[in-house]
Amino acid sequence: MSDTHAQTVRFVRDSMIEPQEPPISETGVIRWVRENLFSGWLNILLTVVSLAVIYFALSHLLPWFLQMVWNAGSLSECREIRNERYGPDAASACFAVIRERWHQLLFGFYPVEAYWRAVLGFVVFLAGMSPVLFTSLPRKLLWASAATPFVCYALFWGGSIWGPVATALGFAIGAGAYSLGFRAGGKLAASIAAIVVPILYWLFLAGPLARALTGIAPIGLPFIPSDDFGGFMLSTIIGLSAILLSLPLGILLALGRQSHLFIINKVSIGFIEIIRGVPLIVWLFTASLLLNYFLPPGTNFDLMLRVIIMATLFSSAYIAEVVRGGLAALPSGQYEGADSLGLDYWQSMRLIILPQALKISIPGIVNTFIGLFKDTTLVVFIGLLDPIGLSNSIRATTEWNGIYWELFVFIGVLFFICCFSMSRYSIYLERKLQRENR
Amino acid sequence: MTKSLFLGALTAVGLTAGAAGAATLDDVQARGHLNCGVNTGLVGFAAPDSNGTWEGFDVGVCRAVAAAVLGDPMAVEFVTTTGQTRFTALASGEVDMLARNTTWTFTRDNDLKFEFTGVNYYDGQGFMIPKELGVTSAKDLDGATVCIQTGTTTELNLADFFRVNNISYEPVPIETNAEAQQQYLAGACDVYTTDASGLAATRATFENPQEHVILPEIISKEPLGPLVRHGDNEWGDIVRWTLNALVAAEEYGITSANIDELAQGTNNPEINRILGTEGNLGEMIGLESDWAVNAIKAGGNYGELFERYIGESTPVGLSRGLNAQWTNGGLLYAPPFR
Repeated sequence: MSDTHAQTVRFVRDSMIEPQEPPISETGVIRWVRENLFSGWLNILLTVVSLAVIYFALSHLLPWFLQMVWNAGSLSECREIRNERYGPDAASACFAVIRERWHQLLFGFYPVEAYWRAVLGFVVFLAGMSPVLFTSLPRKLLWASAATPFVCYALFWGGSIWGPVATALGFAIGAGAYSLGFRAGGKLAASIAAIVVPILYWLFLAGPLARALTGIAPIGLPFIPSDDFGGFMLSTIIGLSAILLSLPLGILLALGRQSHLFIINKVSIGFIEIIRGVPLIVWLFTASLLLNYFLPPGTNFDLMLRVIIMATLFSSAYIAEVVRGGLAALPSGQYEGADSLGLDYWQSMRLIILPQALKISIPGIVNTFIGLFKDTTLVVFIGLLDPIGLSNSIRATTEWNGIYWELFVFIGVLFFICCFSMSRYSIYLERKLQRENR
Repeated sequence: MTKSLFLGALTAVGLTAGAAGAATLDDVQARGHLNCGVNTGLVGFAAPDSNGTWEGFDVGVCRAVAAAVLGDPMAVEFVTTTGQTRFTALASGEVDMLARNTTWTFTRDNDLKFEFTGVNYYDGQGFMIPKELGVTSAKDLDGATVCIQTGTTTELNLADFFRVNNISYEPVPIETNAEAQQQYLAGACDVYTTDASGLAATRATFENPQEHVILPEIISKEPLGPLVRHGDNEWGDIVRWTLNALVAAEEYGITSANIDELAQGTNNPEINRILGTEGNLGEMIGLESDWAVNAIKAGGNYGELFERYIGESTPVGLSRGLNAQWTNGGLLYAPPFR
């Protein structure tokens, strides 16, 4: 045996063979391409067709986009510059219009010297909302969040700071009335007091109080009327206000729709179905046209406010249905478990039902919000100058008449940034709240 | 029942609006600025410049009225209105007057309860086609595809015209003028029809304007003018005579350049009466005696406004045509100031 072995030993390898490179068709890009793009005759066909389509689109778009002109005072100047650089009839994007009018597309007719107020307002808003959005921040900061809307109002619209202060005081009064009423006559009395007292205060006391305080200490920024608001700022203010207000309202409506109390149940159903059954544009026309006829002449209450109210009501009906989906998805054991712990209705909702239901509803809620944010462009039909409305106004100047896609590209990018961030945030929230299947 | 309730409410509101609107002049003077309804954007007639200042031919009328009433042409809040919202904005008192290329028609004057205070531009609907089609008359447009803005009187005029001439067409409905330009240039329609002033402005933006022609036929009458609510005749008179002052100023050669000199007094009594150095016309209309001086100084007389915003030296490039003074064969004819 050993002899045989001794004779054959010269043919035995004493070192491991180096691993060879895989065949070139089985590695790297080529393999990926072969497996994913050319794995069968159908895929080959689809790949070729797709490539042709992409090439066709890019070959038209890229030259237009890359041969852009930024420094010009009008469309005809743009064309002259293009003729000089790229020859006549070359496709060329005239982004000079953005360069000249970007501030209008962003801020509308908001006074230039007050742009800092608008920017600061949005920074304050984002900072104020971050304790709500990110639970890792200290919970005490939520008090700052509660003050944010009033600070933002004082920054955006300005005027005496005592107006927002007096309004905010109403909530404190409501809280005070609740605790007093609770001691005096129990829960029902407390709830009624918490609603009635602040309303009476806002109707009769807040105005004189704000005026009196303004008389004593006139502090505040110059007032800017809503008519001057426009552009992306208008869309954002309408969109964000409606988003903020519609979430709590929507949750209440969803609970109302599930309620066994006859009137609350029917009112909720009626509200949701009527609001949802009519297009948003109709509600906007109602806000801008019909209300004008019904309100006494002279009481011209702000069109922007009317639009915010309508957008809020509209989106709260959708939110209510999304949340109802979440509520319905919970197994009835959760409701029964909450009851068996002896929790009352609001405790069980707050501690057990809603946290789970809302988590399930997150994608739907964010989806509704993104839709609402984009729907704010509909205000162009009632004469508010949102970015789309301003693009019409800009095209109506003799310098920029005839320009088209450049404005839409810019507006599209702005909206994409906002909507994409919302979508990313919703994914972050879903991951963070994921409890099962870890 | 509900309908009558609704109408009743409307009537009640209309009555109170009429009562409340009876002193628009006082309201404007107390407020310190004029609320003027304008288009959200129409080339040459109303558009904001890069500083957000509104400019244009219709805007010029607003500024002239503000100057006559308040002495300051910049004391105007421009309220942008769409075709749908303009009449409600005026009826509800959101604006004091509307200068928004609005056609003076019977129903608008009577049924909607407005008062047109004159005509600042005589327009009419026309057709634009590519020259290469070789069409020279709108009557040869049998079977053409026509780009047309929906929901406007132009749509009805078009249907009338083709029916009267017993020819057919295929409408391509579009929403805005900007969209119409794109569709027309892309060849989605053979013909684009809208007001002739709009056609001229649109053609001026094309890369090769000479390749497109505007056909000679004008198929409708579109007298565009400022309007106010029924029920406040004093205010209506102010708007009407401010416009008349602009027209008369051109007729008598009063321009923004020489007005200071003429306001010292001339030997033409009509000029003196307009400019307030003779008689008391200003007092009769409830304004200062130099109201017309301020109105004309705001942007110049009618001819100056026309030249600056829509005349032949501008990209819009409109000729005076019907909008010339009556002495030059046009329709502008200001009643005498006496």
